[in-house]
Amino acid sequence: MTVMEQRGAYRPSPPPAWQPRTDPAPLLPDAEPYRVLGTEAAAKADPELLRRLYAHVVRGRRYNAQATALTKQGRLAVYPSSTGQEACEVAAALVLQERDWLFPSYRDTLAAVARGVDPVEALTLLRGDWHTGYDPYEHRVAPLSTPLATQLPHAVGLAHAARLKGDDVVALAMVGDGGTSEGDFHEALNFAAVWRAPVVFLVQNNGFAISVPLAKQTAAPSLAHKAVGYGMPGRLVDGNDAAAVHEVLADAVRHARAGGGPTLVEAVTYRIDAHTNADDATRYRGDAEVEAWRDHDPLQLLERELTGRGLLDEAGAAAAREEAEAMAARLRERMNQDPALDPADLFAHVYAEPTPQLREQQALLEAELAAENESREGTAR
Amino acid sequence: MTTVALKPATMAQALTRAMRDAMAADPSVHVMGEDVGTLGGVFRVTDGLAKEFGEDRCTDTPLAEAGILGTAVGMAMYGLRPVVEMQFDAFAYPAFEQLVSHVAKMRNRTRGKMPLPITIRVPYGGGIGGVEHHSDSSEAYYMATPGLHVVTPATVADAYGLLRAAIASDDPVVFLEPKRLYWSKDSWNPEEPTTVEPIGRAVVRRTGGSATLITYGPSVPVCLEAAEAARAEGWDLEVVDLRSLVPFDDETVCASVRRTGRAVVVHESGGYGGPGGEIAARVTERCFHHLEAPVLRVAGFDIPYPPPMLERHHLPGVDRILDAVARLQWEAES
Repeated sequence: MTVMEQRGAYRPSPPPAWQPRTDPAPLLPDAEPYRVLGTEAAAKADPELLRRLYAHVVRGRRYNAQATALTKQGRLAVYPSSTGQEACEVAAALVLQERDWLFPSYRDTLAAVARGVDPVEALTLLRGDWHTGYDPYEHRVAPLSTPLATQLPHAVGLAHAARLKGDDVVALAMVGDGGTSEGDFHEALNFAAVWRAPVVFLVQNNGFAISVPLAKQTAAPSLAHKAVGYGMPGRLVDGNDAAAVHEVLADAVRHARAGGGPTLVEAVTYRIDAHTNADDATRYRGDAEVEAWRDHDPLQLLERELTGRGLLDEAGAAAAREEAEAMAARLRERMNQDPALDPADLFAHVYAEPTPQLREQQALLEAELAAENESREGTAR
Repeated sequence: MTTVALKPATMAQALTRAMRDAMAADPSVHVMGEDVGTLGGVFRVTDGLAKEFGEDRCTDTPLAEAGILGTAVGMAMYGLRPVVEMQFDAFAYPAFEQLVSHVAKMRNRTRGKMPLPITIRVPYGGGIGGVEHHSDSSEAYYMATPGLHVVTPATVADAYGLLRAAIASDDPVVFLEPKRLYWSKDSWNPEEPTTVEPIGRAVVRRTGGSATLITYGPSVPVCLEAAEAARAEGWDLEVVDLRSLVPFDDETVCASVRRTGRAVVVHESGGYGGPGGEIAARVTERCFHHLEAPVLRVAGFDIPYPPPMLERHHLPGVDRILDAVARLQWEAES
């Protein structure tokens, strides 16, 4: 058969019918953020859980205030406060089992502390005596991640590894609205969905990436909608409603643990304080906006609910405040002690064994320090 | 004494064998990357691993280098030992943030609590007629990042030994594979695999008394060829194969230079800000009174990697090396 004959014999068949690979409808977030407190759903909320959330939020608010005060006293280099976002911080920590892992961003010191990390060790990074001050394996809290969204693929990899080993472990990864623009956010969500990794992504949409509002960050209908493109469910929740955040995260954790794969949760909240103590928020937002959000305060929402249901009285509230005050006093006291610094640490952990070059450099530093001591003693004499 | 018949093997085969043996010996070793599973990698270096160990141990990932290395970090946090393949030198750049900000620093920032035993395999360098973005010498970027080991084999036996050492290391290792040596053959008996040496030792590939050529990876065979050609000029050149750029083996390099009194550093990477500048400085600082001439560099030009039809002008070749040797102030001796 000649080529021309073959060509003549060729009858193109229609391509196989195109089918969507996943039905997008069940993945879509609700039109409105899910709420519990002050709604009918609140009646079903576990009183014990509400009390726990409340105690943690009271403590969290005090922790933020104390840490910010410590920056003014020069005890912390910087502190990115999560005031106004305590519901998310606390719910993220409380929703996990002990064997699970938390992957916080730099603003999530509270979540780490709520999970059990020592309150001073959690501030090591911001005090500046080392980078990560706590052992990540002790409470299964990854180091606070400053490069935005880079901790998200770590959470995916860890959850994937746990599943490969047959362990019943879920990873919860935290990120802000600005972080959703990073490439690592996209790659992490994509890997998680493809691998059906037991991960929950919690985006705290606090309205601003330092000074840049969400409108300049994304044109998506909501951040939760981004989930659909990866083939995972997206959930939208009121980030100031601790009971709602806890419920939505608990659902997502259960889904992940059961092998259902990842979920993206967008919690709509607001950063009441500036980006950090070094930032001036008046340059990019007005008081009226901040005041409106103060009226939708995570602590007040919980208080109103608990009081309304007779689960909290003035004595109980006072006890919670006292407990938080005692925590702040302990924190203050410990933070007012100078941290122990050892220059040898600079070389000890770069590699399992220092390279010959690092040994030389360490010897150089030791000689400098010895000379410094000698001249100091000389002056003293 | 019986002699084992040595069969010729390629560097690619030795690398495959190294991963296979590591995976067989340690269930925590996982290979991952683009096309590494079903296809066996674009250079076939992971050939057969998915078949032998299953797709959970040798995994085709989505096409996203930051995601590959970022998830490998998480896997290592949970006790696995990922061996990550970056498909080409220039395709590894999206993973740079993960590499610099997390892989290199995690042990240090956690005071040793969270080491990351990850091997990052990167096929690198030119000479294979690759089009744009397929031939970069990216070692200087990695060398400038504390917390990483950076190694590169030049022989079939070293490919096996160094990769085993990299996978066994509790530190992250950037393992640079010279693409144009993938198909180089050597007599190597895979049944009696080479000793796994500690990372960080250079080796003298050829002894000679006139001058030392300090080199690594794809430039090692070129230097050996130059050393042979140099005999006609009356020079007996020593060739030091660094094998490890980080840590750097000052001892072996300086012992050689002190013996010969002259040195030329040879690499494909651009000269400005390239490894040769660091090496020349180290040698000068340590061997000044033994040197008969300044340490010279033969490097790639300071240009973006050229298109394949022009790459021969860029790559350090025998003539350029011999020209450099000729400039080592021999006249001062007479």
